[in-house]
Amino acid sequence: MKSTFLVATLLATTFLSTAASAQEVTLTIESWRNDDLTIWQDKIIPAFEAANEGIKVVFSPSAPTQYNSALNAKLEAGTAGDLITCRPFDGSLSLFEAGYLSEVGDLENMENFGSVAKSGWSTDDGSATFCVPMASVIHGFIYNKDAFAEIGVEVPTTVDEFFDVLDAFKEDGTYIPLAMGTADQWEAATMGYANIGPNYWKGEEGRLALIAGEQKLTDPGWVAPYEQLERWGEYLGDGYEAQSYPDSQNLFTLGRAAIYPAGSWEISGFNAQVDFEMGAFPPPVQNAGDDCYISDHVDIAIGMNAASPNSEAARTFLNWVGSGDFADLYANSLPGFFSLSNAQIEMSDPLAQEMVSWRQDCGSSIRPFHQILSRGTPNLANEYWVTSANVIRGTMTPQEAGQKLQDDLSSWYPPQQ
Amino acid sequence: MRNLDKPKRRWHIVVFLLPAVLVYTAIMIIPLFGTLQLSLFTTIDREQVFIGFDNFRTLLGDERWSQSFWNALKNNAWFFLVHMIVQNPIGIAIAAMLSSSALRFSSFYRTAIFIPTILSFVIVGFAWKLILSPIWGIAPGMLDAVGLRFLFEPWLGKEEYALTTVALISVWQFVGIPMMLIYAALLSIPDEVLEAGEIDGLTGMSAFWKIKLPLILPSIGIISILTFVGNFNAFDLVYTTQGALAGPNYSTDVLGTLLYRTFFGFQMQLGDPNMGSAIAMMMFLVILIGVCIYLFGIQTRMRRYQF
Repeated sequence: MKSTFLVATLLATTFLSTAASAQEVTLTIESWRNDDLTIWQDKIIPAFEAANEGIKVVFSPSAPTQYNSALNAKLEAGTAGDLITCRPFDGSLSLFEAGYLSEVGDLENMENFGSVAKSGWSTDDGSATFCVPMASVIHGFIYNKDAFAEIGVEVPTTVDEFFDVLDAFKEDGTYIPLAMGTADQWEAATMGYANIGPNYWKGEEGRLALIAGEQKLTDPGWVAPYEQLERWGEYLGDGYEAQSYPDSQNLFTLGRAAIYPAGSWEISGFNAQVDFEMGAFPPPVQNAGDDCYISDHVDIAIGMNAASPNSEAARTFLNWVGSGDFADLYANSLPGFFSLSNAQIEMSDPLAQEMVSWRQDCGSSIRPFHQILSRGTPNLANEYWVTSANVIRGTMTPQEAGQKLQDDLSSWYPPQQ
Repeated sequence: MRNLDKPKRRWHIVVFLLPAVLVYTAIMIIPLFGTLQLSLFTTIDREQVFIGFDNFRTLLGDERWSQSFWNALKNNAWFFLVHMIVQNPIGIAIAAMLSSSALRFSSFYRTAIFIPTILSFVIVGFAWKLILSPIWGIAPGMLDAVGLRFLFEPWLGKEEYALTTVALISVWQFVGIPMMLIYAALLSIPDEVLEAGEIDGLTGMSAFWKIKLPLILPSIGIISILTFVGNFNAFDLVYTTQGALAGPNYSTDVLGTLLYRTFFGFQMQLGDPNMGSAIAMMMFLVILIGVCIYLFGIQTRMRRYQF
């Protein structure tokens, strides 16, 4: 009698627990943002789960450098998670074309995004969108306010003023004027060329003209940023040729450098480390009163695995990502990753507020070579890392750099031939 | 009676060889042919299309591809040359000193010099990057202490020095290998031979040049071929110190890093397994030719001595 009861109880618990798990769907997110693990676990996922009962979400990131190859392997093997964090442009486009990502353009909340926001995750003609945009990063310069006050210089708005400030720091000698190195090469391109460039090639106007084949990389608008970069070399720290990206970050946060050519993703890291006041200014324009342009690069989005068995739940999650609630939560949890949503968002971080305010006065543009132009071999994005670093080190003239990139591009891109 | 004439089948030979042959075939030979097959195809609209030797034609004929390839091969050759000129002579010299009975604490030196060999590339690359860093490194400070600060350069960041610097880091790490092999070879030389030489008046340095060196030549040959294979497969150290783009300006790009970027892709560049396989096959060919030259040109002529 007693044993029958025991068996019955055991069976009952088994059935009950199966019933419970049948109601509950677990969604797994693939991502390269392992830095954000705690923010997803403590803030974003609880907020979603509270609003949507029965859907559990697991954030499972991998290392950034391995993400693309790991994700491809998982998708091919059919073991990838339900939700896929999307890199911008060709990386995700190829996944969509291979049928690994579902179209999400018909989600209700997609109307919160403009066409520039969606450009990173749409087909070339813009007919289909396959990821919900999450955030962009803005380029500019972060500076040490205390150092500026100590030397007695003002925030520069034109290129001439910018070099006057650098000269003042160089003359004084207490601070390294610019914290950047060329060892890792990409900072020279991303925080150098793509940062200051939009003012010369007039943002989207120049970028689209280049894609259409109406402008060339040897045109003054595309060579002039190199001419400015060439002058940066003498303001960088001693031995900058072997200075790596973390070296530059540390030089700035330790208060040894005055100006840091930055991407907004640095904000949260810097906030935690500096003991001085920081400010930010947009890339200086050529003449006072010129229109300004900034690099506001679409960086991260999220899409859905076409093979996911939980597509309904996944769509619910993606729709929530498109909402103003998510935009608010994400932008405030990760200052420096700016929401691409049109929803009005209040940000509490002053540095993030400053950087995002540039959007009102300046034209936004994405990095020049990320859409379409980096499809061929040689890869233009890699080549402009190398040439930008070469120009700063003085081993290549701006004209040679422009010519090299133009030759690389015209070797495979029909509109430029 | 007839049975005795027929040679006995020696089944045990097959049985003993089988495990090694099976494992080697599964993890080395099949992948090698898989790579060869992959290199003869290309991807058109997500379909693998057979194109014969077109990938190799592009690699060697296209202006840009061939420039990258020859640059990587040239850097590889220099990398190997630095090892042959620096690593192996130093290894032999240390081994000769260690085998001398006059040296005290020889087992301590032997262990200390061998230890870097068992460290991971990542640790070695990272440690040396820090040592040589112009900002936090101890190299500028140490040079300053002896009044030679002006000799300091950001070596890893200069096109003209970067590759040699990386090669010397690798020499530092692996000098223990030739040392150990030569040391073992030196120990196996019987004392009688040396004593006979001593009676004939060969002592000190001349004993080394006239007796020991000829006897360890086969070991030096083996070390050279190991260095050759290891260097032309190099990837890890360049990747950890200079990144996959092998900067500055591709001056440290070796075949391994070129293969990595092509096969797996890098940042915006998508991977191209077919072209990557073609580069892998070229690496295999280079190593194969090098080993063949050694095997047929040098090893067969080497004289061996029986004691």
